[in-house]
Amino acid sequence: MSKVVYEKSRGLTDVPMFYCPGCTHGIIHKLVAETLVELDVLEKTIAIAPVGCSVLAYEYFNCDCIQASHGRAPAVASGLKRTNPDKIVFTYQGDGDLAAIGTSEIVHSAHRGDNVTVIFVNNAIYGMTGGQMAPTTLTDMKTSTSPFGRGTASSGIPIKVSEMLSQLPSVAYIERVSTHDVAHVRAAKKAIKKAFTYQMEGRGFTMVELLSSCNIGYGVSPVESLSFIKDAMIPYYPLGIYKDVS
Amino acid sequence: MKATYSASGQTLIFEENLCKGCDLCAHVCPKKILTLDKSRVNAKGYNPMTCFDIDKCIACGMCGIMCPDSVITVLKEEKAV
Repeated sequence: MSKVVYEKSRGLTDVPMFYCPGCTHGIIHKLVAETLVELDVLEKTIAIAPVGCSVLAYEYFNCDCIQASHGRAPAVASGLKRTNPDKIVFTYQGDGDLAAIGTSEIVHSAHRGDNVTVIFVNNAIYGMTGGQMAPTTLTDMKTSTSPFGRGTASSGIPIKVSEMLSQLPSVAYIERVSTHDVAHVRAAKKAIKKAFTYQMEGRGFTMVELLSSCNIGYGVSPVESLSFIKDAMIPYYPLGIYKDVS
Repeated sequence: MKATYSASGQTLIFEENLCKGCDLCAHVCPKKILTLDKSRVNAKGYNPMTCFDIDKCIACGMCGIMCPDSVITVLKEEKAV
């Protein structure tokens, strides 16, 4: 009798993903889908897709989905959760969507303590539009719009969203995790599960920030982009729990 | 197209046409038994990932966890108690 050690989650559709080879979006999609199946809430979950590389997330998650205007996913989630309090509502946003154009929405959603979960994928670059500098781009990091490296004098220092939002009193849970190796991917799943569990318990706003990679944007191989997360991103974006009400 | 690699205790199934040849599964494989087949391309135009020594596989499932495109299924034969 064979035991399944690993197989594709039924929380994902059969649509082949359009992401670039080696993009960690695929891994994060799997973690969210597996979590929803394990918590047995897939049938009553509503996902909010952002604008960015993951704009087509509604094609991949095997639950009800809405695609929001750029950066407005937390506002849509807030409205949905208020009108459908028995549903599980989460947004899936990149750093361009959440930390740039949607900063206002995410701050006020967290400040109100909306009982929703935010999956925040931070890869320190705008992937979809061709590797431009994002608010989360590391200091001295070269991108297509900062060819000599991000200068702090002109562009400021990278924004740390988890640290910022964890200061708000209505936030229930914020953790930053990484996807650069199997151990961290497993830890990331644990964090996502905790966030959704808190939402089911009605504890308030929960967010998991996942350090991700964009090998095409960085101009390196997929394997090298994982090293970039480990060696360059984690020192500036330390992993850990920033807020936990329990 | 499914490619199945099977030994006495473990089975790897690759959904080859979904593979984009990113090499992440081979990178995390503790036994280093996965490699891209450079002699052919799949329906997407990428060299598909293959297993060249299934006997060494320990069915840990780490390749499956790291694969962004859900290409890999890992099965393990349960021992009779």
